[in-house]
Amino acid sequence: MLRVCLKGANSAARKCLCGNGVPLHPLQQCRSYTSGGSGSSAGKIVAASVLTMGGGVGGTILYANWDPKFRANVEKSIPYSDQVFGLALGPAAPPPVINKPRKVEPVQISSMSEVWKDSKQPKAKEVQRKAEQPDAEGPPAPAPQETLEGEACVFVAMILSAEQNVLSVFCIPLAAAKCTECEHEPAVKERPEGEVAARLAEQDKAEQDLLTSLSSNLEDALGSTAKVTLQAIGAQEAALQAIAQHTRQLREAMEAEAPPDKKSTQWRVLEDALSERSRSVDEAGAAVLKAKAELDKLRGVIDGAKHLKIAAARPSILAAEENLHSMVVDLDSVVTRVQTAQSEAKIVSQYSELVNEAKAQFQKELNSITPEIQANWKGLTGKLTQDDLNSLIAHAHRRIDQLNRELAEQRVREQIHIDSALEQQKLEDKKALEVAISTALEHNREQMRLEQEKKVEETREVMEAEMRTQLRRQAAAHTDHLRDVLKVQEQELRSEAEEILNSSLMEKETEYRRLTQDQLDSFTLDMNAAYARLKGMEEAIDSHVIAEEEARKAHQLWLSVEALNYTLKTAALNDPTEPLEGAVQAIKESCAEDEFAQALATALPSESLSRGVYSEASLRARFYTIRQLARRVALIDETRNSLYQYFLSYLQAMLLFEKAQEAPPAKLSAEDLDTFKLLSYAAYSLEHGDLELAAKLVNQLKGESRRVAQDWLKEARLTLETKQVVSLLSAYANAVGLGTTMAP
Amino acid sequence: MAEEQGRKWDRCLADSAVKLATGLGVGIVFSVLFFKRRTWPVVFGLGVGLGMGYSNCQQDFRSPYLLHGHMVKEQ
Repeated sequence: MLRVCLKGANSAARKCLCGNGVPLHPLQQCRSYTSGGSGSSAGKIVAASVLTMGGGVGGTILYANWDPKFRANVEKSIPYSDQVFGLALGPAAPPPVINKPRKVEPVQISSMSEVWKDSKQPKAKEVQRKAEQPDAEGPPAPAPQETLEGEACVFVAMILSAEQNVLSVFCIPLAAAKCTECEHEPAVKERPEGEVAARLAEQDKAEQDLLTSLSSNLEDALGSTAKVTLQAIGAQEAALQAIAQHTRQLREAMEAEAPPDKKSTQWRVLEDALSERSRSVDEAGAAVLKAKAELDKLRGVIDGAKHLKIAAARPSILAAEENLHSMVVDLDSVVTRVQTAQSEAKIVSQYSELVNEAKAQFQKELNSITPEIQANWKGLTGKLTQDDLNSLIAHAHRRIDQLNRELAEQRVREQIHIDSALEQQKLEDKKALEVAISTALEHNREQMRLEQEKKVEETREVMEAEMRTQLRRQAAAHTDHLRDVLKVQEQELRSEAEEILNSSLMEKETEYRRLTQDQLDSFTLDMNAAYARLKGMEEAIDSHVIAEEEARKAHQLWLSVEALNYTLKTAALNDPTEPLEGAVQAIKESCAEDEFAQALATALPSESLSRGVYSEASLRARFYTIRQLARRVALIDETRNSLYQYFLSYLQAMLLFEKAQEAPPAKLSAEDLDTFKLLSYAAYSLEHGDLELAAKLVNQLKGESRRVAQDWLKEARLTLETKQVVSLLSAYANAVGLGTTMAP
Repeated sequence: MAEEQGRKWDRCLADSAVKLATGLGVGIVFSVLFFKRRTWPVVFGLGVGLGMGYSNCQQDFRSPYLLHGHMVKEQ
């Protein structure tokens, strides 16, 4: 082609240059032109190719720099490109690993545990803090424990203690005790009501007893003290009276100027009065002491009663205290009265003493001056002389002067004495005042205390009443609640009982039903069994009849199948058998009801019916010609089917020698599918009478050999089918016959 | 089917012989008439005949394997 082109080019060149008339040079020129052209064009080609190569490589590198996936692809596909890329661009960036979700889980778990720990810590802190409080308050609360129960109990105790700061310490040990109970027992038992009531009743009784004893004690004490005090007061009054009497009498004696014998009687009366007075004063004193002792005793009793702290006894105690106070007051007043009276009496007695003394003094002086004048000088008017009178008057004047002087002196002294006495009196008054004030204060204080106590008592009463009402209300609420709860419980229990009743009733019913059903079932079973047996017997008889019928039919079938078999044997060497139609028709008539036989009869290929089938021997004979032919066209198939291939195939058949017969293996491998081998296997199996295997092997031929063997195969198939059907039929007939003969 | 091969060969050979003879004849005619009794048209004719026969034979042998395409008109 190239030579032609070149020749064409040369001739064209020659022609165009022939016109110019230079024959030889253009050839050379042309040659040099073409060679030069070819030389420069080669260089150009080389340059262009180098340029494209470089451009391609550079472009690849640039794109790989931009797109890492492309780079990875190129590295995978082209062996040393990763080194090149490494040199040019540096190492590839590693792909980002996505494992965040994995890490989230452990974080979560740890956070959960932390949260739980955190939540536990404040709890522990709280527990600690609250644990301190009860320690400060009362007995130590149980230490915070690990179990939830303990904690709850502790919490309860804490809360209780925290809330019950106002309440007495009594409660906390109770809560703690209760908590300890909770630890040991799952539920705190409430003391039974009867016990509580009994306890309360006991307490009440004890109180009552105490109260009665106390009141009786108080009353006794009061009574005795009152009596004694009254006695004392009476005595004091008597003393007062006596003192007053005595004082009066004394004064009378002082002032009255009675004749001597009256005076002596007076004096005697005075002495009696004095003695009376002293006696009564002593008595009064003793009575006062006794009264005071009794009062102290009463006070002691009252204090004792106070210590018992029974609320109900308070009013009586208060009353007793009041009585005591009043008695004390009366006693004191009386005592003060007696004392004043006594002081007055003392003054009067002092005055009387003074007067007596003065009188005695005067008497003595008079006696000293006028010894003969006697005491009763009032009736002495006629006996005295003028001298005596003058001396007496002088004495009297002197006495008057003296007395005046004395009087003045006395006045001054009196003044002083008065002052001092006043002062003393002031002091004494002050003292007495103080004493009186103190006693009054005491009395007042006592009074106020008593009033306060009374008020307290009243408020207490009021509070008690209110508390009682509240308690009554609470009790009422409690009873209501109890009633409700009881009602609910009753409902529940009732419903439960009903349920149980219903369920047990239903159980019994179902039991009964089951039993009846069982009875029924067993009866039905018996009946069914009897019926079944009857039926069985009837069926047996029927089946006998049927069996005989079947036997007859089977015999017929068998005969017809035998006929068919016989027809198969009528094949001549190279001709097919007679057409099987007649025999098949006979079969079909003989077994009109038998579906299986009908199906089989119709399963025979139509060709065998109309034309008949070839025998095995004829097929075997035909096979050899087929074999030859197949060998000859072994190389021909769809792709190779030119005449040249035919020639080659013929050559092969001539030159290739295979075994005439070879035993086919159990499994065909790929190399066994060679035409020649297959044909030798088929020949072997045919010689050994296995038409089926031969047909299978021939079926494995491919291409032209297959086409050539096609009608032999068809014939072989027909024969095989017919034979199969016939053998099935005969087997069936035999089986049926056997079956019928074996029937009961 | 087995005889088909034989039949084909018969046909083929007969046809090739005919073609050969025809080619020869035409060659001779052309050679005598137009090409001044040269040999080459005869040989050419023989070759043409042989070639045609060969081709027909091949076609005949290939005929079962040839696929014929049909235009399916959409209806």
